[in-house]
Amino acid sequence: MEQTGAQIIWECLLKMGVDTVFGYPGGAILPTYDAMTGYPVRHVLVRHEQSAVHMADGYSRASGRTGVVVATSGPGATNLVTGLATAMLDSIPLVAITGQVGSGLLGTDAFQEVDITGITLPVTKHNYLVTRAEDIAPAIREAFAVATSGRPGPVLVDITKDAQQGKATFEWEKAMPTRHLRHIPPFPAAAELERAVAMINEAKRPVILAGHGIQLSGARAEVLTLAERADIPFAITLLGLGAVPATHPHSLGMMGMHGEAWVNQAIQEADLLIALGMRFDDRVTGRLKAYAPDAKKIHIDIDFSEFNKNVPVDVALGGDLLQVLRAILPKVQSAKHGPWLERINSWRGDSAVRDIKNLPDDGHLYAAHVMHDLWKLTKGAAVVVTDVGQHQMWEAQYYHHDGERSLITSGGAGTMGFALPAAIGAKMACPDAEVWVVAGDGGFQMTFAELMTAVQEDVKVNIAIINNGFLGMVRQWQELFYESRYAATPILSPDFVKLAEAFGVHGQRVDKRADVASAVAAARAAKGTALIEFRVEQEDSVYPMVAAGAALHDMIRRPSPSPLAETGADPV
Amino acid sequence: MTHVLVVYTDDEPGVLTRVASLFRRRGFNIHSLTVGPTERPSVSRMTVVVDTDANTARRAVEHLRKLVNVLEVQQLGQHAKVVRDLALIRVSANATQRSEVLQLVQVFRSNVVDIAEDSLVIECTGSLGKIEALVDTLRPFGILEMGRTGAVAMTRGLRTDPSLVSSSEPVRAESSQSMSV
Repeated sequence: MEQTGAQIIWECLLKMGVDTVFGYPGGAILPTYDAMTGYPVRHVLVRHEQSAVHMADGYSRASGRTGVVVATSGPGATNLVTGLATAMLDSIPLVAITGQVGSGLLGTDAFQEVDITGITLPVTKHNYLVTRAEDIAPAIREAFAVATSGRPGPVLVDITKDAQQGKATFEWEKAMPTRHLRHIPPFPAAAELERAVAMINEAKRPVILAGHGIQLSGARAEVLTLAERADIPFAITLLGLGAVPATHPHSLGMMGMHGEAWVNQAIQEADLLIALGMRFDDRVTGRLKAYAPDAKKIHIDIDFSEFNKNVPVDVALGGDLLQVLRAILPKVQSAKHGPWLERINSWRGDSAVRDIKNLPDDGHLYAAHVMHDLWKLTKGAAVVVTDVGQHQMWEAQYYHHDGERSLITSGGAGTMGFALPAAIGAKMACPDAEVWVVAGDGGFQMTFAELMTAVQEDVKVNIAIINNGFLGMVRQWQELFYESRYAATPILSPDFVKLAEAFGVHGQRVDKRADVASAVAAARAAKGTALIEFRVEQEDSVYPMVAAGAALHDMIRRPSPSPLAETGADPV
Repeated sequence: MTHVLVVYTDDEPGVLTRVASLFRRRGFNIHSLTVGPTERPSVSRMTVVVDTDANTARRAVEHLRKLVNVLEVQQLGQHAKVVRDLALIRVSANATQRSEVLQLVQVFRSNVVDIAEDSLVIECTGSLGKIEALVDTLRPFGILEMGRTGAVAMTRGLRTDPSLVSSSEPVRAESSQSMSV
């Protein structure tokens, strides 16, 4: 039976198990929207196409499923670019379907014609320009295969209007993809696995570097077995938070630019680093020449092009992390590294006395307090979706994520405006989860129109805006490295409580620590989406910090005692 | 140092852009890139010569393997190989210089493909080194114009990759159709 290309699109999505898509209609995608009404698919109408990608991204990160985006040609398609880049840098599987002008008009600068396959080439794993109805099913089926296989990522399928309107027979079996299987790399050689095992068994000061790949591969249990059996502490990347539990006895916490000093010190003094599904990003290594100078390095990753990119390693094991760990675990001996763990613990004590959460309430509200309290009040069980900046780092430091997929954040791209739409997507993927947005006043203003999407779709997310009146992280860099010249970082905000009211959601303002608990309780109790504006200390900075280009152990530590704390007598 | 990569790809629109974009974005320096049809109708073959260190060349190979349209990548570094480049060189030569130039062309086993009143066009096929030597030899006469194809390369002996040797598809008799890119 012949069907239109538009119908074939939906048939394919149903076959792939898709029940929710995020999108925005327009001229070149109209045939597809017209056909949608005949299919059991929930369409979420966003307020800007960038948010549609972030929603699909949050949907994917929360559930592991492939997020789907639909947009029209021209500006509809170009608005996807930031979201695709965000997903690409964080290895998130997405399929974006865009309408395109009729094939006869391609290359003529027709109305709303943009070369979106050309534009998105570097920010997608692969993309397609489909001009015939019979090519739609093979393209979409392969797009899902490419998005989810190997190192995941976004794929875009651009479909001309005449391909949507044309007719073809929907032949799912014939559309079986094979090209994504072309480069199944060989499993690491036995000798390489043996070398890695020997290095692990001989190490005296080993540290595991736990990355996002643990989540993507589903290797949490194997990583914990390795850590427990061989008594190896693990440091976690930003995207690795939650992939392994933060409160595990072997957890050191987050590494890198805003990692705690003991974590980075442990990496610098280690004699063996075991890097699991992470890519030695500049935000976790500091100055490369000074990075872990005494450590041998084992790198396990599914992406062979990551080996020796930033950090030269002694053994590179390419493959699916779960399979590689299963191959080496039987040969890893039980060990005790008591003196090494005690040494790391001794640094921990020094850091704790500087920690703001251990300082008395001085009447000021600090973002760190809000994060700490939110963690306590939600018993660490919420899915927290953060934006980008200071609040993101405070959240990573003070909300201790134990559960898998419990932190959703834009790591590689650092995309402001990500949090609210991603949280809406996460909540739709996991309706039973308690989802919190943590965003700054700057990033929230980038995409807050999606509040209306949450209302229209009857989605409940709880929103904590950390308002310090600045683009805080940039301000912090200006304070530290540009002699406090605050160029373009002070930012005004609307009255967020009235804003919430205008959108018809619960809104509240908090400027004292004593009020945090009741506000959080009220937000949780509110029927729909709820917003709390936390007015926090304006010129607070995230510590500790490794300055860009500094060695990893060369950290700007928390002031001791905090000069802000000493001004505790000031009225707020 | 130069590394020779042979890349088999689908013969479909946009593949050259994907490869070129990858090299540009990752900062891999292309010395030359040639592309053309192969014995199989749906497969194109690129020869990419990159000027970089061994680790970067290895990463270029791994990046190429991630492209959906790439069937296989061979790095010819460790194999005995034939690398050939074709050059057309228009050299200045009046009637009195002509015989001297013709002698040199013979030494290089090259051909004269056009003769005009005061110039010759010479066609030379060979290794990169041979062509450069010919160019140096002709330079004193005055090189008016030169075009080069870039290298095409192949391993010596049997093809080693079995997936590429045994093909059930019939070998195409004429391969004049150029790749659509």
